[in-house]
Amino acid sequence: MSKETNSGIPTDSEVILGILNNSENVLKRLYLAYFPMILQLVINNNGNTDDAKDIYQEAIIVLYNKVKTGDFELSSKLKTYIYSICRRLWLKRLTQMNRYGGDIKDFQEFLVVDDETEKNNERDIQFNKMGSALQQLGEPCKTIIEDFYINNKSMQEICEEFGYTNADNAKTQKYKCLQRLKKLFFQQK
Amino acid sequence: MSENNELTESIERYLNGEMTKPERAQFEELRAKDASINKKVAEHKHFINLVKQYGERLELERRLDAIHDEIDVHALEEELMIHPSWVVRMWRNHHSKISVAASIAIFAVLSTLFFTGYLNNRNANYGPLKGKIDQLERDQNNLKNKFNNLPVQRPQMTNPGNFRGTGFAISTNGYIVTDNHVIRNADSVYVQAADGKSYRTKVVYTEPLNDIAILEITDPSFKPLAPLPYTFKKTETDLGEGVFTIGYPKDNIVLGSGLLTSSTGDRGDTTQYQISALLDYGHSGGPLLDSKGNIIGIINGKQTRVAGAAFAVKTSYLLKAIKDIPTDSLNKPLNANGKNTLAGLARPQQIKRLENYVFMVRVYNQ
Repeated sequence: MSKETNSGIPTDSEVILGILNNSENVLKRLYLAYFPMILQLVINNNGNTDDAKDIYQEAIIVLYNKVKTGDFELSSKLKTYIYSICRRLWLKRLTQMNRYGGDIKDFQEFLVVDDETEKNNERDIQFNKMGSALQQLGEPCKTIIEDFYINNKSMQEICEEFGYTNADNAKTQKYKCLQRLKKLFFQQK
Repeated sequence: MSENNELTESIERYLNGEMTKPERAQFEELRAKDASINKKVAEHKHFINLVKQYGERLELERRLDAIHDEIDVHALEEELMIHPSWVVRMWRNHHSKISVAASIAIFAVLSTLFFTGYLNNRNANYGPLKGKIDQLERDQNNLKNKFNNLPVQRPQMTNPGNFRGTGFAISTNGYIVTDNHVIRNADSVYVQAADGKSYRTKVVYTEPLNDIAILEITDPSFKPLAPLPYTFKKTETDLGEGVFTIGYPKDNIVLGSGLLTSSTGDRGDTTQYQISALLDYGHSGGPLLDSKGNIIGIINGKQTRVAGAAFAVKTSYLLKAIKDIPTDSLNKPLNANGKNTLAGLARPQQIKRLENYVFMVRVYNQ
């Protein structure tokens, strides 16, 4: 790859390929390219920089997940798409905070987007549940579960880390932890 | 408990593809046979996926945060914030102080005006010398006409002219000057000479600022006048000069005379003179002459509070207006030069000569 394609605003197809290939570089360039646009939208519509960060990351995650699951179809410019999602999210946030004055200052053209943010919301709720379930689970269960299922560590490694005498003990511990995690997760409303 | 763990382990190994072929076949058979195990497999798969996705999400958020930390958000914010203009900022920061200051200022101005008597509406003391004739009668006639709707009672036939003023010739070929307020909103304007003949005219030029209007007699029956007996005095006239005017506040000519008492008009208006003369409504538009018969102004208005104070627009503004007429609105050349043949004559002789050049202006409008 030449140097020019490694910096600056990535093309739309570059972004999609980059996300599919887990490219750190593309993600970074994507993030840097459109953040100012969203910052401008939010801070000029009753928001602060932290709001802008939240909204923008949420939108990037929506895009990321859509691309990953393969149901992303780019019907407009990526820039417009991101702006539209952020605009929608920010309007929702403003309404929730009762700060929505009835109009919003726009800086870009935008499309009407709806369902995607809703879907994402549901997933967020699941993730929040999972987060608090893991929190309640406590140590060492939390780390064991995370190491095994998320960080893909082997039972052997976990065994050594926690000082279990043999892998079978660690395994038994792991299943106990998983059992409790399930219970905690499904208990939540 | 341990049985349960074994099952979970089997499910995991099955899902991860770690089973040997015979083990796998055996497990699949078990799955097919026991619906509860099949359900457990699906549940476990779903749950582990959720755990993994949750992990991925955390990881992604961590990555995004790392990228975000590289951005100088504060500098960007400065750059992208739409800064309202200084007026708006000033207002936002100081609006309470500004409001208080403004209220005090308004209150101070109003109380000053009140105590100095300015609010006693001096405007009412000033009225244009416009003769309003038969306003009530006209209304009544109109009503009557509408009611009867008879052709013999058309308003034109009964309408003697709504307003009346005075005008005087500024050339021999039918150009006449009067006040703009006399002919304002007019549908048609007629002038009537001293001998009783009435001519139709057209308004060729108006200058509302100085209250000057120039009419042209368009009537074919009009015969050019003899050379003007007066000249237009370009320079300012001194205070104390004896002045006089003639005009038509009623059907006969009426003389008004007095002294030039001020070089400015109403409220210090420098375009006007103030004179002491008993004038009436209807004198508006008449010529103001000095004792030698030079025209020094056009009668314009009077002060209603002080009897005998009237105003006249200075001749220099008339000459300016004549000069400002667009040439394409003139059908004939306008030659405002006259030869003064009034100087040295006694007042009655002066008036006798003037009579033919001063007209009654009748204005009709519906």
